[in-house]
Amino acid sequence: MNVTLKIWRQPDAASEGAIHTYEVADVSPDMSFLEMLDVLNEQLNDRGEEPVAFESDCREGICGNCGLMINGEAHGPEVTTTCQLHMRSFTDGDTITVEPWRADAFPVLKDLVVDRGALDRMIQAGGYISVNTGSAPEAHSVPVPKDDADRAFNVATCIGCGACVAACPNGSASLFLGAKVTHLGLLPQGQPERDERVVNMVAQHDHEGFGGCTNIGACTAACPKEIPLDVISQLNKDLRTAIKHGH
Amino acid sequence: MGYYTPGEPLVDGKAPDGPVAERWQNRKFEARLVNPANRRKLSIIIVGTGLAGASAAATLGEAGYNVKTFCYQDSPRRAHSIAAQGGINAAKNYKEDGDSVHRLFYDTVKGGDYRSRESNVYRLAEVSTNIIDQCVAQGVPFAREYGGLLDNRSFGGVQVSRTFYARGQTGQQLLIGAYQALERQISTGTVSMFTRHEMLELIVADGKARGIIARDMVTGEIQTHLADVVVIASGGYGNVFYLSTNAMGSNVTAAWRAHRKGAYMANPCYTQIHPTCIPVSGSHQSKLTLMSESLRNDGRIWVPKNQADCDKDPRDIPEEDRDYYLERIYPSFGNLVPRDIASRAAKNVCDEGRGVGPEVDGTRRGVYLDFADAIDRLGRDAVANKYGNLFDMYARITGEDPYAVPMRIYPAVHYVMGGLWVDYDLQSTIPGLFVTGEANFSDHGANRLGASALMQGLADGYFVLPHTIRDYLADGPFEPIGEDHPAVVEARESVRARTEHFLSVNGTRSVDSYHRELGNIMWEYCGMERNETGLKKAIDLIRGLRDDYYRNVKVLGASESLNQSLEKAHRVADFFELGELMCVDALNRRESCGGHFRSESQTEDGEALRHDEEFAYVAAWEWAGLDEKPILHKEDLVYTAIEMKQRSYK
Ligand SMILES: Cc1cc2nc3c(=O)[nH]c(=O)nc-3n(C[C@H](O)[C@H](O)[C@H](O)COP(=O)(O)OP(=O)(O)OC[C@H]3O[C@@H](n4cnc5c(N)ncnc54)[C@H](O)[C@@H]3O)c2cc1C
Ligand code: SF4
Ligand code: FES
Repeated sequence: MNVTLKIWRQPDAASEGAIHTYEVADVSPDMSFLEMLDVLNEQLNDRGEEPVAFESDCREGICGNCGLMINGEAHGPEVTTTCQLHMRSFTDGDTITVEPWRADAFPVLKDLVVDRGALDRMIQAGGYISVNTGSAPEAHSVPVPKDDADRAFNVATCIGCGACVAACPNGSASLFLGAKVTHLGLLPQGQPERDERVVNMVAQHDHEGFGGCTNIGACTAACPKEIPLDVISQLNKDLRTAIKHGH
Repeated sequence: MGYYTPGEPLVDGKAPDGPVAERWQNRKFEARLVNPANRRKLSIIIVGTGLAGASAAATLGEAGYNVKTFCYQDSPRRAHSIAAQGGINAAKNYKEDGDSVHRLFYDTVKGGDYRSRESNVYRLAEVSTNIIDQCVAQGVPFAREYGGLLDNRSFGGVQVSRTFYARGQTGQQLLIGAYQALERQISTGTVSMFTRHEMLELIVADGKARGIIARDMVTGEIQTHLADVVVIASGGYGNVFYLSTNAMGSNVTAAWRAHRKGAYMANPCYTQIHPTCIPVSGSHQSKLTLMSESLRNDGRIWVPKNQADCDKDPRDIPEEDRDYYLERIYPSFGNLVPRDIASRAAKNVCDEGRGVGPEVDGTRRGVYLDFADAIDRLGRDAVANKYGNLFDMYARITGEDPYAVPMRIYPAVHYVMGGLWVDYDLQSTIPGLFVTGEANFSDHGANRLGASALMQGLADGYFVLPHTIRDYLADGPFEPIGEDHPAVVEARESVRARTEHFLSVNGTRSVDSYHRELGNIMWEYCGMERNETGLKKAIDLIRGLRDDYYRNVKVLGASESLNQSLEKAHRVADFFELGELMCVDALNRRESCGGHFRSESQTEDGEALRHDEEFAYVAAWEWAGLDEKPILHKEDLVYTAIEMKQRSYK
């Protein structure tokens, strides 16, 4: 099949960007979206034009590195990562618009590559359990009910891709934050720092320039790991409890 | 000969004598201490923040050293360790099914075809139990039973249940645990993290590793970072094959640059081929996806008996026309034979012309992994419960429904057992350069059992390195060196010169096209099966292609900006040199063992034939210069606690 691509090109953070149009021929439906972009880049390189910069690493939906707005949707039309989106989701002759993640807290570095360092800084603010290496108690000394462990796992599957932020009209990272707070809050190991964690992480979230959550739900709809919206309720509940406790 | 120069034998001077069970305790006790007040004055550089690097950085930062860490991704959470699916082993014996530290040790040495180091593997088994404790305390959500205790399963042909897992995403959960521990240290200021920074050169001053040259991948700035110790935790080099299950950016550069500066490269030809990957679908393919080995617990592997049936719908092929070849050849292990055996058997049936799936370059390279029996026996829901996420992944990639039509699988390059040579302290032949995780060679021999790489990465980082680095640092702080030290200037200039070269060639071919061609050569001649003629041919082809690369590659853009073609150009240049050494190593090893099958060395019924009298050694290669013959140092493998046996799975 043949497709027309309208791609956001921006030489660096300081420059203006613009949409450029490219044609790609002989696209196989078995190609991933990124493999299709690889083909475009080979052609650009042959023609002496600089290839389009975009990110990917594992190409199997787990590292969270890839991420593009495709026709205005985070990761494109399917609920999956961009690397797991295949060209069979498109039809011959389609025009496809490709842009970087949009959010104030994710500045563009080049073309389709953005800086998602803010996600790491929120984890630094408290997204961990303080345990020194070598001093951990025997694993079986603290049982965890299976249902809690399973649910903790489900929300811990967040890959930190940032699609939730890109999809949110407010540019909020509440789903990402809610997933971490819920994961650690479900486990006995996570209790001692629970209040402090949520207060500090939310403060960092606001400091980074992410917007507030107004319950639109675009985040969950775009999340490739289907993190449920109720982690945001949990986030708010934990925050209220922490404030009640005087934090 | 002709391809290498014999060198002096190599001895691991750090491995303690005495009973294998006491060696690590003794080594830890002998390792000298560093007073907490002095730790702040000592600096450590860690390249790589996968399981091996992140765990080391978190632990060393917490101990109070001054740590700088580097990774090429935008966040340490994206290291390739994140992709590991199956699980992590530990000798917890929670099932009371006869497991013990000794049994894990025994299974690992045997699984490695007696080409790993006894002392190292014992230590790995010994600390394995602490790893689970540590991860649980960090909040890693391992699978649990209804009583609230940890669940585990048996994995990869092992007869006890010792594999801990978090559904099919164990690597992700373990890495997130280590990443969170690392981020905690970053916030307390003991660790500084340099994301999107790539190490392009090692600084060796006055005989010691003292720093690295890194490129800031956003601004292109070439930076000098100095320290008292350098740790390389940069993962494996399977991407030399172009197509592999590794992440796109996985590379050998950090290790290879250290090799060129004097660190020996051990057993580079030991590559693990994983039997259950999704087959190649066309020439556009950029990487291969692994399907967890746990599928082999319930899936049955077959191909048609008759070549004429290969393009038929598999559901129309009656039972009597199917060849369940693993069950036929290896009746006692069946579909659960180790990875190397399952892989080679699949290749053989496809080479016979009985492969299935689309033809790529004239052959069908796929075999069926069929769940029809399991679905009949257990029901669709039970199968979906166990393997649902894998089935979904398969469906997304291939566009086929694996509940209705058997999956197709084929072996792919997955893991490398070779890597930089290290002693028992994980120190390379360059003093002050330590190597951990997949980047070193010591624990897996010629074949790696499932669920043991994660165990090694975390064992090295959380529990081994902090003790051995401490012993080295007890002599520090070392004489400070400045940015004008000749060794620093040389390292920085060489990076600048290479960068400028790639940008100035302005030839006709992209970096990727060379990488793909190199990968084809490696897979064809140095893959699952090798022989003398093929390896010699490969060496010539690689040399020719490398020359052409330097004259005809086309890298656009500038150095002073984010430039992904330039990044790849550096990596592929190092893959060329590594690829050649892998072929030389494979040529030297005229025996079949583990993932490495030399067609000249097989039993009458076509099984791998080892030659322990001749080859029970580690091949440690010293760099002698480009276009010079590498120097081969042999380290004899001595087993005192274990007896070498031929493996048999029949
Ligand atoms: C698909 C898949 C499934 C697997 N499943 C399992 C399993 O179930 N059980 C198991 O035990 N093992 C499994 N493995 C193997 C295991 O995941 C790896 O061997 C292990 O995670 C390697 O960890 P590492 O820390 O050594 O390296 P990696 O996780 O690869 O980390 C490498 C780090 O080095 C950095 N880096 C590399 N080069 C440079 C450079 N030049 N400059 C700066 N930084 C650099 C990277 O940014 C990264 O941070 C699997 C592997 C794959 C591919
Ligand atoms: S919550 Fe979902 S969309 Fe957001 S970062 Fe995590 S995986 Fe991505
Ligand atoms: S490249 Fe890793 S999730 Fe897409």
